[in-house]
Amino acid sequence: MIFDIIIYAFLGIGIFFNVLAGVGLLRFPDVYTRLHAGTKCTTFGSIFIIGSVILIGLNSWWTNDTNGSVLAIHSAFALIAILLTNPVGAHAIARAAHRSGVKPAMAVVDQLESSTPGKTTKKKTKSKKKTEEAGAE
Amino acid sequence: MIEIYFGINTTYLVVVFALAVCSLMSLIRIILGPTAPDRVVGVDTVNTIVIVAMIAFGMAFKEVIYIDVAIVYAFLSFISTLFIAKYLEGGEF
Repeated sequence: MIFDIIIYAFLGIGIFFNVLAGVGLLRFPDVYTRLHAGTKCTTFGSIFIIGSVILIGLNSWWTNDTNGSVLAIHSAFALIAILLTNPVGAHAIARAAHRSGVKPAMAVVDQLESSTPGKTTKKKTKSKKKTEEAGAE
Repeated sequence: MIEIYFGINTTYLVVVFALAVCSLMSLIRIILGPTAPDRVVGVDTVNTIVIVAMIAFGMAFKEVIYIDVAIVYAFLSFISTLFIAKYLEGGEF
């Protein structure tokens, strides 16, 4: 009975945060805030949904059935894969968006723009070198 | 394969339906997205939701092979996201 309540609570938390991710993707005004909603909320929700599957597998393994061990361990590997790959992908998308010229909406200060040299200065130096080479030739 | 009583499996089918609704909301963002990084964010969210839905689907139909497919799909979607981000960033690979 307590086990069922824990399973349903985990599923409810997971579905709630996944729906929050969808609503945040629709309602937020900007690439970076949408990334914030769409990555963190799905990671947190998937922890709880896969956690409920792991708990069911461990319970089935404990009571009667050794096939539950396969379910629990493979679900744990899938959870580790999501936890490793999701923040790295979000970071790559954010850096690519900032370097491709998408500005944050309603932002007063953009410290990444002033602190990093960015791609534009590199392109300028390359073009200067090319023009110098062309002039020398 | 795994003997669990009937109620949990239908519950996981309801979970799969709710996750399908979430991925539909992300699909609306992919269609409406004003810039290219918006669409990439939507695709990344759809990938994560599909992985979770595959695991819930394997739990509902008592098949472990769906969860193995979910592991491989996670790493392939990660690689595709990294390559699309590198393409948006520009420059040499």
